[in-house]
Amino acid sequence: MRVDSPSHHYRTPTYIQGKTGVVVAICGRYRNPESLGHGGDGMPEQLLYRVSFAQNSVWDRYRGPSGDKILVDIYEHWLDPVGV
Amino acid sequence: MSEGHDGEHVHPESGEELSVYARRAQAIEALMVEKGVCSTSEVDQMMNMVESRSPSDGAKVVAHAWSDPEFKARLLADPRSALTEIGYSLPDTTPHLAVVENTEQVHHMVVCTLCSCYPRALLGRPPDWYKSFAYRSRAVVDPRGVMREFGLELADSVEVQVLDSTADLRYLVLPRRPAGTENLSEAELAKLVSRDCMIGVTDPHVPEGVAAS
Repeated sequence: MRVDSPSHHYRTPTYIQGKTGVVVAICGRYRNPESLGHGGDGMPEQLLYRVSFAQNSVWDRYRGPSGDKILVDIYEHWLDPVGV
Repeated sequence: MSEGHDGEHVHPESGEELSVYARRAQAIEALMVEKGVCSTSEVDQMMNMVESRSPSDGAKVVAHAWSDPEFKARLLADPRSALTEIGYSLPDTTPHLAVVENTEQVHHMVVCTLCSCYPRALLGRPPDWYKSFAYRSRAVVDPRGVMREFGLELADSVEVQVLDSTADLRYLVLPRRPAGTENLSEAELAKLVSRDCMIGVTDPHVPEGVAAS
């Protein structure tokens, strides 16, 4: 996940930024809320992915079992490939 | 009016002082109509739809899915067209709905940490606690603790998947059908499905004497 705090409207929670997750679904293409939020047309549309993160990789003191996940819908331009 | 954000569509009421939020909502609506973003009738239409829906609508959908496995498969694959089949047509202007199924292995729970995104087109308005900072922060950090407060203690062998509804999808949890309900009619099953178990903070509750032993 990219780390960023743009001055405009965005819908990517900060707790997930900088974390590494796994894409589990492609949710379709949607107009970009970062443009829509400011009177723009939201184009070009962005691919939306459902990304799964292990809870214990997001929170240092997560109290549940290691299998627990947090799934967040993330637009493509917030994702960076994991180094191969 | 965007479904994801809280806006109260308030008509002026004679002799009553409007709150700052009501005045703000009115000003925003007036501006949007003036700029041609939407019309007053579209706002009214959306308001009426949300006001006419309630958790009992979601409960009927869940009970139908429990009773008809083929419908359940269609509901999970393409919620909008499956809902249309049984008389719940969601207008194109409402966000897409995704349905997630709880199983023996996986339990889903929904939150919107950024605001209060909720499947209003099917369930109506969210409960106040869903919009509270306490729920929105604790649901992601300590989901099992939150569920415990709603009376649900999950085994460690069940994987908890919290869905943070941050973008263009709204989530409906399809709870597990409780054991011992094989002989119940669809209408009786629907009575077991609460709003809270379609958010995933708890499971359906079967009152004593209802389930077959």
